[in-house]
Amino acid sequence: MTLKTTPLNAVHKASGARTVDFGGWDMPVNYGSQIEEHHAVRRDAGLFDVSHMLAVDLEGPGVREFLRRALANDVAKLKTPGKALYSCMLNEEGGVVDDLITYFFREDWFRLVVNAGTAEKDLAWLGRLRSASGATLTITPRRDLAIVAIQGPKARERFWQAYPATRAATEPLGPFSAAQVGTWMIARTGYTGEDGFEVILPAGDVVPMWEKLAAGGARPAGLGARDTLRLEAGMNLYGQDMDDATSPLDAGLAWTVDLKDARDFTGRKALERRGQKQQFLGLLLTDSGGVLRAHQKVRTAQGEGEITSGTFSPTLGKSIALARLPLGVAVGDTVHVLVRDKALAARVVKAPFVRNGKTLVQP
Amino acid sequence: MKIPKELRYTESHEWARREADGTVSIGITDHAQEQLGDIVFVEAPQAGRKVAAGESVGVVESVKAASDIYAPIAGEIVAVNADLAAAPESVNEDAYAAWMYRIKPANPADLDKLLDAAAYEKAASA
Repeated sequence: MTLKTTPLNAVHKASGARTVDFGGWDMPVNYGSQIEEHHAVRRDAGLFDVSHMLAVDLEGPGVREFLRRALANDVAKLKTPGKALYSCMLNEEGGVVDDLITYFFREDWFRLVVNAGTAEKDLAWLGRLRSASGATLTITPRRDLAIVAIQGPKARERFWQAYPATRAATEPLGPFSAAQVGTWMIARTGYTGEDGFEVILPAGDVVPMWEKLAAGGARPAGLGARDTLRLEAGMNLYGQDMDDATSPLDAGLAWTVDLKDARDFTGRKALERRGQKQQFLGLLLTDSGGVLRAHQKVRTAQGEGEITSGTFSPTLGKSIALARLPLGVAVGDTVHVLVRDKALAARVVKAPFVRNGKTLVQP
Repeated sequence: MKIPKELRYTESHEWARREADGTVSIGITDHAQEQLGDIVFVEAPQAGRKVAAGESVGVVESVKAASDIYAPIAGEIVAVNADLAAAPESVNEDAYAAWMYRIKPANPADLDKLLDAAAYEKAASA
């Protein structure tokens, strides 16, 4: 199979990126040292090509009502144009079809940004929900757009240095808000636990933007650093921490499921019937002897759990993980993770591990 | 890809060097460290262990993956590099200085059966 490429692929290759197949896309995993890229984002600014993710525009008179039924979080919260909301889209069994961000621009125009590996499935699912609801709306995948994330404590400053004309429109943005600046959508969102922007722009504009931001000191960072950053920030990764068979309630995403009123969203009945069966918590490896990884078993006093994402945390200098654990396990408990032939001690902690450059767990 | 001429290699990306005392130092190649990325954990075997050629004797873990270390030849583990536990990144800095353990070979001629630099270069770029 030929891998799909983003408009920045040649730029990545020219700058020495090591690339991998990520959801069918040839994407940079690092440009040298993953750990140094990670630190650049925590301390200054890093630059990510996330054009493999897909923007999907929903347009028509009934978009808000459609999304109130399609998503587990309630887009009724989006009252001001530019506001964004993180949500899961569920199947009828309450499993997660995808996790996504919804941006509200006008009553007849919302934009979703969905994961790369699930994009085709999401489009098919949205099409099915539209047919079932009879809603009048168009669903447009925007493969003509590219997405760049600039993240870190100095990210916004570096972006404004490169593009001073965008400052007036984007400086007032609070977290999870976006502004349209010409043909660019600039959002104060990200997947690193740091401040910064995600910029959605015409594919033809992305190479000059990348080169300008990199020349201005934002360090290109690959999916490797993106994964250690999001894990430290306690953010879920679709396909690893949850999938079609996982309830958001068992994946630490209950905070995104809005059950406040009687809204009848897809998957709600199944969620309410099934309830929460496991809890999603962080682990900090206290023994030495390896690195926590996905699928390792966790022994607790209440039964067995499993790591869904694990890595070595560059900020903490220790291995960390996100895990689904039996109900009753408490923060502060010591549990044991099976790493090869050893049972290594780990402490149960509340994620995030790191936010805005600050370590939030005791080492 | 750095592949010193004077060393011997395996297809599983170990290098082997004969020392003056007849023991053989083992590490992972520059190509291996480059593939693994930032190395954060090295588990070396216990000294005194007798090993067969091809036996898994330790583990290297990078941020992204774990990889076994194999014994290129049969013999007895006589020394381990304790410095690597505290400074696993030294494997990234200089893979051929960062030896992991030493074997006293059961049969010293076994070393000559391993890949030479030219053969390893071919194997590693395949």
